[in-house]
Amino acid sequence: MQPLIDKIPLSIVVLDTNRRIVTLNRALEALTGFSKEEASGIPCHHILRSKICLKRCPAMHMNEESEPVCVESDLINRDRKLIPVRINLASLKGPNGKVVGYLETVEDMRPFRELDAKISQAYSFAHLKGRSPQMEKIFQILPVFAQSDSSLLVTGETGTGKDLVAEAIHQASSRAKGPFVKVNCGALPETLLESELFGHQKGAFTGAVENKPGRFRLAHNGTLYLTEIGDLPLSLQVKLLTFLDDQVIYPLGSTKGFQTNVRVIAATHRNLEQMVREGRFREDLLFRLNVVRIHLPLLREREGDIRLLLDYFLNSLTSRFRKNIKGFSKKALRILMDYQYPGNVRELRNVIEYAVNVCQEGQIQHHHLPAYLTETKPLIKETYTVKDQVPPLIQSGLNEHKLHETEQTWTDLERKMIMDALVKTRGRRSKTAALLGWGRSTLWRKMKQYRIDQ
Amino acid sequence: MANKILIPLYGNDIAPRFDLATEVLITDLDENSENREEKIVVLPQASAEQLCSLVITEEVDVVVCSGIEEEYYQYLTWKRVRVLDSVIGPRESVLERFYKGRLKSGDILYDKKG
Repeated sequence: MQPLIDKIPLSIVVLDTNRRIVTLNRALEALTGFSKEEASGIPCHHILRSKICLKRCPAMHMNEESEPVCVESDLINRDRKLIPVRINLASLKGPNGKVVGYLETVEDMRPFRELDAKISQAYSFAHLKGRSPQMEKIFQILPVFAQSDSSLLVTGETGTGKDLVAEAIHQASSRAKGPFVKVNCGALPETLLESELFGHQKGAFTGAVENKPGRFRLAHNGTLYLTEIGDLPLSLQVKLLTFLDDQVIYPLGSTKGFQTNVRVIAATHRNLEQMVREGRFREDLLFRLNVVRIHLPLLREREGDIRLLLDYFLNSLTSRFRKNIKGFSKKALRILMDYQYPGNVRELRNVIEYAVNVCQEGQIQHHHLPAYLTETKPLIKETYTVKDQVPPLIQSGLNEHKLHETEQTWTDLERKMIMDALVKTRGRRSKTAALLGWGRSTLWRKMKQYRIDQ
Repeated sequence: MANKILIPLYGNDIAPRFDLATEVLITDLDENSENREEKIVVLPQASAEQLCSLVITEEVDVVVCSGIEEEYYQYLTWKRVRVLDSVIGPRESVLERFYKGRLKSGDILYDKKG
């Protein structure tokens, strides 16, 4: 029988009635790292080292009438690797019908787990996730836009995924092997921005001790992503327009132009048409950028996506932080599904990251969520100032959380949660800890970390 | 010679899995290698992290175990704890070989006829 079972690619072990190993095949030798000579005569659980062996070995209760059993488990091999496996166990009967041993097969589930991970990439394009009709349309059109070399304008409120779209388009385009250079037009003052974008010549200004190529030249044969294009000063809008027309850039202080092959993707949360009417954005530049336009919807308008994203971020964050959190309680889920997410996907991710860090149980409860979600029902005001379209403001009864355009990290969010909780409990730390769902020592440590205790 | 040894147990044998053991034997040999103090610690639940924490707080010199994940092996080694893993057999046989200075990772001391 040994030559036969050695040829079978599935890992097989034969046990006697005392669950000691009689023989095993080559596939199991490779899986566990134990040879048949070493394993022979040893109780199965010392060789297989599977979780199910120690918790409730199926062979212990098997008799003549028992059906074969299939269980999912894991084992640790001799290389100290934890391997997910599926174990099938059946009793072997003699001519008189009595159990004379057991036959166990062990399937390595790692390839299936990788496949599961790939399948879970459904409802996505690159790192964007969504199954709502709005996102489906965007996923369908993105590859088409990627193949085109036209300038692209991505609009949408903060946290809707504009950066991800830009990068996804670059990766799906023929320029994927080229550089992807990102510039935040709102981050630098005008003088520095010109030099940053277009480069400068040595001696162009005080401090220009050498030639600098500029981001356009660095993005040659690739993609230049201009985020917050609405913040680009008018003088630089002219230069950008020149580039879009001629594909030529003129570094600061130089009369000589340089030809570059760059695809421009621009993004903004502002209403550019309104800015054109107010004279703060050039109409001709808008026409040039608006050749291809993608508008990303608000998260609360994406039917069904909130649930998808909650599960997606919970899975990826629990895996990243090595937590064993299985899901949300009904109350927590209701709170999360009812919330309006003015910060869109970025805010949803921050909320889940906070909850995963705070939760020490197997399920996210409502008290693991940031305090502002569970306080008085938030009012959504679609407010637009005279000057700009600004993202909607949330106003709660106790706190005014103005979600700014700049990114809120989890650290900022956590600090704010602690401050708000302290205000609510009038500085009583025990009550603050209880409100946040933490132990007092955890609160003390975090207050020290954020220097709130001073 | 290393004095303090920790062995996760499954009955009277070395536990097949470090992360699933709920009982550990901690044995402390005095300087003359004559008197041996033994105690069995029962853990409230199986947890590799808790076990590693116990190893550190008890100032264990050597861990003798069977299956252990690379992550915990590396952690204990980094904490200057000697780990002899993939050891299979009853605890007495394992300890006897250890005190003779002959125990190494991968040793199988099981009585195959028994």
